[in-house]
Amino acid sequence: MRSLIDILDLSLTEIDELIETGLDIIANPAKYAHKCDGKKLATLFYEPSTRTRLSFEAAMLELGGSVLGFSEANSSSAAKGESVADTARTVSCYADIIAMRHPKEGAPLVAARKSLIPVINAGDGGHNHPTQTLTDLLTIKREKGRFDNLTIGLCGDLKFGRTVHSLICAMSRYENVKFVLISPKELMIPEYLRQEYLIDKNIDFVETTDLVGVMPELDILYMTRVQKERFFNEADYLRLKDSYILTLDKMKDSKPDLAVLHPLPRVNEIAVEIDDDPRACYFKQVFNGKIIRMALIMKLLEVE
Amino acid sequence: MIINPITNGIVLDHIKPGGAMHIYNVLKLGNLGCTVAMIMNADSVKMGKKDIVKIFDLIDINLDILGYLDPGITVSIIREGVLAKRIHLELPEEVHDVIKCRNPRCITSIEQELPQIFKLTNREQRTYRCIYCESKAKDN
Repeated sequence: MRSLIDILDLSLTEIDELIETGLDIIANPAKYAHKCDGKKLATLFYEPSTRTRLSFEAAMLELGGSVLGFSEANSSSAAKGESVADTARTVSCYADIIAMRHPKEGAPLVAARKSLIPVINAGDGGHNHPTQTLTDLLTIKREKGRFDNLTIGLCGDLKFGRTVHSLICAMSRYENVKFVLISPKELMIPEYLRQEYLIDKNIDFVETTDLVGVMPELDILYMTRVQKERFFNEADYLRLKDSYILTLDKMKDSKPDLAVLHPLPRVNEIAVEIDDDPRACYFKQVFNGKIIRMALIMKLLEVE
Repeated sequence: MIINPITNGIVLDHIKPGGAMHIYNVLKLGNLGCTVAMIMNADSVKMGKKDIVKIFDLIDINLDILGYLDPGITVSIIREGVLAKRIHLELPEEVHDVIKCRNPRCITSIEQELPQIFKLTNREQRTYRCIYCESKAKDN
């Protein structure tokens, strides 16, 4: 039985297989409509999420399965003090696979260590969000046709942005990938990521506060939201929330085939004027997210 | 006071000077019924100065904890007055319930009954990280 807690739980070959399955689902959706007939997905969401939870649920429904679960901690036994491990073990008796989001880092790992069914990490605090990374990878594959020889700009909250952490871990495994890390000093990537995934592995990267200055060299620009829920201090949030707002003017020196990604939801960090620009790929990401989750659910349930 | 030679017991040698007391506390040697001798700041050809702990009984010692605290320690098992085994420690791959995660965002901060597990992620730099949140052991 496999779980997916960290994107590094998947080998590059497995990621390639998931991407291939995803592309095949897009080409032949009817072929997959009954792959999970009779299977149940439990969505255990201890903090609010619209996109990710609905994406998981839509994925399972499109595979012919059904869904159950909760969408906030207050409506679960967590409100009564039940541990994550006990909840996971209990839900193992009701469902075939779990997707868990939790505000605390490591909660899905705790669940996976006790669960009798596969657990998918649907986001644990500011730590990891591997299915968003798979979504990003499918989007990069569809937009760029490759994972190597890319310069990837990551902009905004690189400290608490879990999608950024998982994407760096995943993309650092490919050849000749350069990262341009654009953030205010207070929101730079965590030390462990810089040291163990970039410096120790000799990955080419630069850290800068200047978005416009690096724009011409980027193949991909991954924008993120400064997340209010990750700050203990509201004053810090208010000071940093508008650090980077992407506009068409700031993109005027970009490569014509730049792909702008964003895990969404967006607040104001991408101006609405960009939505209809061919470089905007963030709504395509939403579609790709459902597709790759279908591929992942099939893989973890060992559905042929 | 005379420290007798051990008949059956364990000698922890080559402890970094000043480290014996910490090891005494972490291994809870004060709870043992047997004699425990600590020799501190002894002369050492290899180290200049060193500490030594002598335990006058053959107890089970958690070598992983010792290896994490000080991988330079030599463990000698004495049986019937004769050296039965000498163990050179190395950094363990994982340590359980020795280090506490200080990251307030870690699941262990709200579920205190969870085992505190840290994994060796960089042998050269002796870096251990929490398996749940990946925070570094010493500065988290």
